[in-house]
Amino acid sequence: MDSALITVRVQADDFDTAAEIEALSAGRTDIGAVVTFSGLCREEKGQLSALELEHYPGMAEAEIRRICEEAVARFELHGATAIHRYGRIDPGHRIVLVIAAATHRQAAFDGASFIMDYLKTAAPFWKKEHLKDGTARDWVSAKDADDTARARWT
Amino acid sequence: MREVRLVYFAWVRERIGVGEEMVSLPDTVVTAGDLIAFLKTRGEDYEAALEHENVIRVAIDQEHVEHDEPLGSAREIALFPPMTGG
Repeated sequence: MDSALITVRVQADDFDTAAEIEALSAGRTDIGAVVTFSGLCREEKGQLSALELEHYPGMAEAEIRRICEEAVARFELHGATAIHRYGRIDPGHRIVLVIAAATHRQAAFDGASFIMDYLKTAAPFWKKEHLKDGTARDWVSAKDADDTARARWT
Repeated sequence: MREVRLVYFAWVRERIGVGEEMVSLPDTVVTAGDLIAFLKTRGEDYEAALEHENVIRVAIDQEHVEHDEPLGSAREIALFPPMTGG
């Protein structure tokens, strides 16, 4: 059996979703299901001009890797990819990508969900909103719903 | 006394006014919670940043810990708000 491939990157640059799926699954004959999640920057009804993402270098990668390793073990994934961007991101642009590959679809869906739920509450990233009027610039508040989503896995 | 590197993020960093600093800790500072209480005595900026102690998250050497965690021989301690990535 091939070993699980885990890829974690924290970067300012955009990523190519199709290329990442290919990198995870190319040459593998044990993978029957690949689920991808893409997180995008919303415009928030026309108010938002951009998000600024701050992160804790080193810990961000380490924490996402820990989450992916747990997902691989728990759902018997054949592979997991997580890429998270930092810096300024405009509405409509990609922020995060999670890919989970497994033998069957349920494990792949669950794996991707699990990684996202933990990533949102445990990976050290913070979003600051830049508004179009140029005056208000606020840090996004953590949502109880994200803690609830994470709690369903425990 | 021992010296540790403290790093701050998001609004904790903004309110304290620096992203990182070296701080000498008295021997009475044993846990992460003790550290927060100690820092609040360092001035108004720290008090504003750490006012709501229970929402402040702590990482020791880049791993999440609870407030009752002993600092031990930590080299780098991070204080930050709840995370909002993804």
